Amino acid sequence: MVNSKYFFQGFSCIKRMDSPAIALGCCFIAIGALLKNLGFSIQESIFSTLLTYALPGSLVMAESLLVGASLINIFLAVWLVNARLYPMTVALMPLLMHESQPRWKYYLSCHFIAVSAWLIMKSNHEKIEKENRIDFWIGIGTATWSVAIIGTIIGFIASDYLNKDMMIGLAIVNPVYFACMMVGAMKTIQVTLSVILGAILGPLFFFISPEWSILFGGFTAGTIAFFVGELNDK
Amino acid sequence: MTSSIVLVILVTSFATYLSRFLGVVSSEKIKETSKWFRWFNCLAYSTLAALIARTIIFPVGALDEASYLVRFIVVLASLLIFYLTKRNLVYPTVFSVIFLSLLSSFYQ
Repeated sequence: MVNSKYFFQGFSCIKRMDSPAIALGCCFIAIGALLKNLGFSIQESIFSTLLTYALPGSLVMAESLLVGASLINIFLAVWLVNARLYPMTVALMPLLMHESQPRWKYYLSCHFIAVSAWLIMKSNHEKIEKENRIDFWIGIGTATWSVAIIGTIIGFIASDYLNKDMMIGLAIVNPVYFACMMVGAMKTIQVTLSVILGAILGPLFFFISPEWSILFGGFTAGTIAFFVGELNDK
Repeated sequence: MTSSIVLVILVTSFATYLSRFLGVVSSEKIKETSKWFRWFNCLAYSTLAALIARTIIFPVGALDEASYLVRFIVVLASLLIFYLTKRNLVYPTVFSVIFLSLLSSFYQ
């Protein structure tokens, strides 16, 4: 079913220098504490991370619960903030698809698509033969998913001991880790421009529409970067 | 588990999985050498950059309590450490937690 050699090779990514374990762990410790404060039980908190496994979505869910939003509003708010997962999936799955592998692996393992696992796979896919990439990916995904769940449990249990300054400190790890990884990924004109323009246009579009700023800003920035890169290659 | 919280979790999970699922469906027809793939690659990186920049500039939750200046100093210093430590990711992340906790308690 899953080739254990490549699975464990992927799984071991959490031990490496570019390990997402600390950043992911810190974020989900904060989420665990937040969910406890919202009135979730430990089972519900674990269930939430297990099934959603996307940090901005969990934050939006928490915010929506606080203001008493309806289910349809929660659905739309979460879908909007997590719509970035669509281009991320399309930018990753063609690299992993191989005719010898069953389709269910792709439809199940797409649940692992989140920034940390995605960035690791993008920077390592060339080292693995295409046929085995999906098993390597399932290994990375299982590792990051496990860290997220353990982080949620620690955060839930430790919430009474986390003061405001510690929560602020935990909240910065995620953007710092991803900012470093994104800067590290800037190796081609298209990716470099995408990152720089996205970082400028995302916050700028916030003034026009806070809800749509990530999608509009990202779409505009990515499209400009694509055309500039294509023209440059000619 | 209370049913309303379970329902909220299920709705949140479905809304999240939908984008991932549709991404796999679209990927079946996209080759990694095609222009479509390169365009989606740009969109993925730019959307992520937009999300990260927004999280730093217009944060939701605990980070909102730290001032703009403090957040910028911490992010810039962490990026500097990332380069100084030959792109090691552990040092800047650990540094950012300690530095921001210290600065935010100092500038209250």
